[in-house]
This record gives sequence, structure tokens and C-alpha cells, in this order.
Amino acid sequence: MVTSTAAMRSEVRRSRLARSGLIALALGYVALLLVAPVVGIVWSVIRGGIAEIGTTFARSDVIHAFYLTAIVAVQAVVITTVFGVIVAWVLARDRFAGRSIMNAVVELPLAVSPVIVGLMAVLLFGRGGWFEPFLAARGIQVIFAVPSMVLVTTFICIPFVIREVAPVLREIGTNEEDAARTLGASGFQTFVRVTLPNIRWGLLYGIALATARALGEIGAVLIVSGAIQGQTETATLYVLRALEERQEPSGFVVALALAAVSVAILGAIEIFKRNRERKEKTG
Amino acid sequence: MSNGAIEVRDLTKQFGDFTAVKDVSFVAPEGAITAILGPSGSGKSTVLRMIAGLERPSAGRIWIAGEESTYSSTQERRVGMVFQHYALFRHMTVAQNVAFGLAVRKESKAKQRARVDDLLHLVQLTPFATRYPDQLSGGQRQRVALARALAPAPKVLLLDEPFGALDARVRHDLRRWLDEIHRELGITSLLVTHDQEEALELAHQVIVMHEGRVEQAGSTQAIYNEPATPFVASFVGAANVIRGLVIQGRVQFGEQQLEGAMHLSEGAAAHAYIRPHDVLISSTNGAGGVAGTVERINDLGWISKVHLTLPDGQEVTAHVPNDRLVEVDVGGSVWVDLRNAKVFAPEGPQNALSDELAIA
Repeated sequence: MVTSTAAMRSEVRRSRLARSGLIALALGYVALLLVAPVVGIVWSVIRGGIAEIGTTFARSDVIHAFYLTAIVAVQAVVITTVFGVIVAWVLARDRFAGRSIMNAVVELPLAVSPVIVGLMAVLLFGRGGWFEPFLAARGIQVIFAVPSMVLVTTFICIPFVIREVAPVLREIGTNEEDAARTLGASGFQTFVRVTLPNIRWGLLYGIALATARALGEIGAVLIVSGAIQGQTETATLYVLRALEERQEPSGFVVALALAAVSVAILGAIEIFKRNRERKEKTG
Repeated sequence: MSNGAIEVRDLTKQFGDFTAVKDVSFVAPEGAITAILGPSGSGKSTVLRMIAGLERPSAGRIWIAGEESTYSSTQERRVGMVFQHYALFRHMTVAQNVAFGLAVRKESKAKQRARVDDLLHLVQLTPFATRYPDQLSGGQRQRVALARALAPAPKVLLLDEPFGALDARVRHDLRRWLDEIHRELGITSLLVTHDQEEALELAHQVIVMHEGRVEQAGSTQAIYNEPATPFVASFVGAANVIRGLVIQGRVQFGEQQLEGAMHLSEGAAAHAYIRPHDVLISSTNGAGGVAGTVERINDLGWISKVHLTLPDGQEVTAHVPNDRLVEVDVGGSVWVDLRNAKVFAPEGPQNALSDELAIA
């Protein structure tokens, strides 16, 4: 009896030790891979001199780069939100042949390298591409212009809203929508007054993820935009050029600004997530 | 047809290869509560959803308050519906939930407020107006759901297992309360339930459904006392089943006989359905008594369930009020009087479900 109690006690001690070890490992991993780079950027900016922030943001090419990033991100996120909700609705509510295939295909952008996405866009819209004669005849410039940048960014953002909204729609079911209809609501009224409020936290979470992704996109945009300075150069592309041209200080400043926006979005995501989880618990 | 009534004719619903509802016809009279009673999967909820316009019938026609509604949208039908799982709008307060049907019809704010006040008073939830559904008990939620359904002054009220998700005591209270509200408002109501007690207690008219069809429609008395089919006899109220053969208009089982098989042909198999309270036990032999052996007694406090074996080995259960339970011992012999037997020809291959239901 005594020996077995002692054995048990040492067993407990060992498992507690193992748990502490795991926690330390997880913390170390996160610190090394996530926190260290952030600290690194902040440190680089400070070392480069606070004055550099002012001069960087006074540069017309930097201002234009941020402006372009905002334009592209806003358009891509709006498109991906509207269509994401429609696709999520169809996936959650309708039974049709090919539904499971569609379910898998919408996640494709997560698996495909953005560089390949850019390449596909060039193949479709670039010189000799399928749609090029049609567009050229109408004088519409897609490649090396904003439309293609919005296009590839949208493609990359597709899964985020769908993946967040479809499970919520499935979980809330159709009871409340049925009730709304018997109470005399039209389809549109039902969506706006009942469905939308029920999915809002999941939707906002999806939008935040898509926005973060759109702001940070570089690979696909690099290929379709041509990264023309002051014209098709986004903030991420500016950072790339700054490093290539040995203008590290201003590159760091822009990188820090992008990182700050990401952190803000991350904060928003946490709030949305917490709200959504609370809803799930009580609802 | 009267104005507030609901009528369906030859209503059929297919889901792929599965026929959920087949040729259902009935009239739910104006101002009354009509119950659709049936086990789960009998198609009763599907009938209700078709009347509400939430499902499209594969065939058949629907009239609501004298108006053909078969092809109308849910919005046009003006039905009030209460769902089993409340289906309250979880992001709205109680008052907002009740006002919803008025808000989507663009009623003035003042009118909405007045109507919400009236209805919350009716369902006795005035102090809860600013609460959210998740802050209410199940019974309170269902009262909100009823107030919400009544707010736009619907032509008829459809109740889909409204007490199904509640525990027994709340269910009893709400049942009585619904009865009172119905007396006050007199709205034509169609109640879907699998609970025969609920149907018999609340409804004036009962439609028994089984496997997508109507088995019997009639007054509660007719359904209980004059079941038209073996299914109704076993589903509505408990029943013992005694198996035998028809000999000279009686059911012969072992050495014993029961009256009531005149409608069946000589020599055919017959099943006699007898309510447990129609199985009388005495220590002396009256007219037509059968000897029985007591196998088991379950005392429920006010009645006892006495399980008996008859001479030919078949078993019956008697429900005997405890004040009339005399000299019954497990293993002892008693005289058994089987009254009011309803005799039917066995239905095709006997399915396990109806056997199971019969011995309740």
C-alpha cells in the first residue's frame, strides 16, 4: 500500500514535469517564430532612427503604395464577402449533386501557392491569354493593372468567409427563418432581420481574416502587377523593392506599419471570436 | 365551408422515393382545436408545414379560412405557427420577438407597442419584455413564441409539438393554460402531437395519423371508445391484445370466448383489444369470468398494474384502483372479466411496434 502510494506520487510528479516541459516548449516555439520577428522589426525601426518614419511617409511612392494596397484590399474583401455568404448559404442549406466537390474546391486557394494563382491569371488575361482578345478589343487593361490585382487577391481570400459562415449557418438551422416566414417576412426581410444577425460574428471573423490576408498578399500580386513603381506597387511590394535597393530603413518602417495593421485586425478577430463563442454557448 | 376552418384534400408529399404523407384529407373546424396525433415519422409535422407553406405539397389542395392557399406563399397565408424548439429570434428581446410580425408588415411603432403590451399581458410575461430568449425557461420561451405567433392576428394557429421539449410538469401547466387562452380567443387551431393524453385533453377533434395516412378522424370519444383500426386501438390509450379465432361471432382463445366478432368470418384469426381499466378482477366468479394467475403487481400509489396470465398462456394487464384491489397475491388465482373488447382482423404481418405499444 505504502509503496504503491509512493509510486503514484512519483507518477504525478513526473506527469507534472512533463506538462511544464510541454508548456515551455510551446512558449519557446511561439516566442522564437512569432514574437522575435515583431520585436526585430520594431528594433530595426528604432535603430534606423525615429526620423526615418517621417521621411518614409512623406515619400510619394510610399503613400501611393499604401493607397493601392487599400484599394485592392477593400475591393477584394467586398467581393469575397458578398459571394462568400452566397456560397456558404448554398453549401449549408441546399442539397445538390456536386455539393461535396464544391465544398472541397472552395478551399483550393489555401492549398495553391499564390505564385501559381498569379501565373494562372497571366495565362488567362495576359498576352495570348483566353480572354485577352476580348478585353483588348474593348481597351480594358487587366494584367499590370488594378483589375488583375483585385482578381488574384479575391481568389486567395475566397475560403475565409465561406469557412467561417457555412458552419454557423448549418448550426443555427432553419427554425428561426421558418418562424420569420410564417410571421409574414419576405425572403429578403428574413435574411436581413434574422439570418444576418445570427451569422454576424462568424461573418466579421471571416472578413477580418480575409482583410489580413488581402493586405499581406505579395506573391500573386507581384506576378500580375509587374510591380511598377508609383503605379502598381502595393505596400508589400514596396517593402520588397526597398530591401532590394538597399533602402532597408524605409522598408522596415513600411513593414512595421503593415504589421501594426495586422495586430489591430488580430485584436478585432479575437473580439469577434469571443463574441461568437459566447453566442454559441448561450444560443 | 366555414370561414376560419382549415381544409386539406388528398394531400401528398414525396421526399425523393419516400412518401411522407399520402392522400390526407380532413377539415379542422372553425374555432376549435383539432389535434393531429401520431407516432414520430407518421407525417403529421409535414402536413402542418405544408399548411404553413414551408413545404410544397407533391399533390393535393389546401384551404385556409375558406381561401384556396395551395399555391400561396407562406407570407400570404397569415398563419401563426409555434415550433417544438421555440424558434425564437435569439438576438432580439422578448418584446422585439413579439413585435416581429408587425414590424415586417410595417405597422406603426405605436400600434406595435400597444399590441406587444396586450400580448405579453395575455401570456403573463410583461415583466420579461426586455429579456433575451436565453434568459428564459423553456415554458416561458414557448409562451413568448405563442404571443409572437398571435401578434399579427393570424387566421389560424398551427402548433407543432409545442410542449414536446418541456418537462412533464411544465407541460401540464402549459396545456391547461393553452386551453384557457383558446377559450378566450377562439382561434381555429391545429395541434400536432405524439402525446395522446395531450390530444385527448386539448382537442375537440382528433385525426390519428400512421405511416403518412389518416387512420381515423373523429371526436375524442369516438377515437378512444370506437377505434376504427387496430393501430388506433393500440396507439390511443393502452390496450391488451388477445389473439384468437372467430367461432360463431365470438373470439375463441383456449377454452374461453369473448363477444364482439360478428363482423369477421368464421374461423378467421382475430385480435381483441381490451383497455387495462376494462380488465376487472374479483375473487368470486361473476358471469363470463376467466381464471387468471397473478404474475406481478406494480403499485403506482393510486392504482396498481396487475399482470395476469390467462389459462391459454396469453398475458393481460389490469389497471385497478388501489381502493378496489382486494385479496390479490402474486402467484394466486383470480377471476378476470374482460370488457368492451374491440375485435379486429390481424393487420398483414404483425409488426413489432404495434405489439410493443399494445402492452403499455
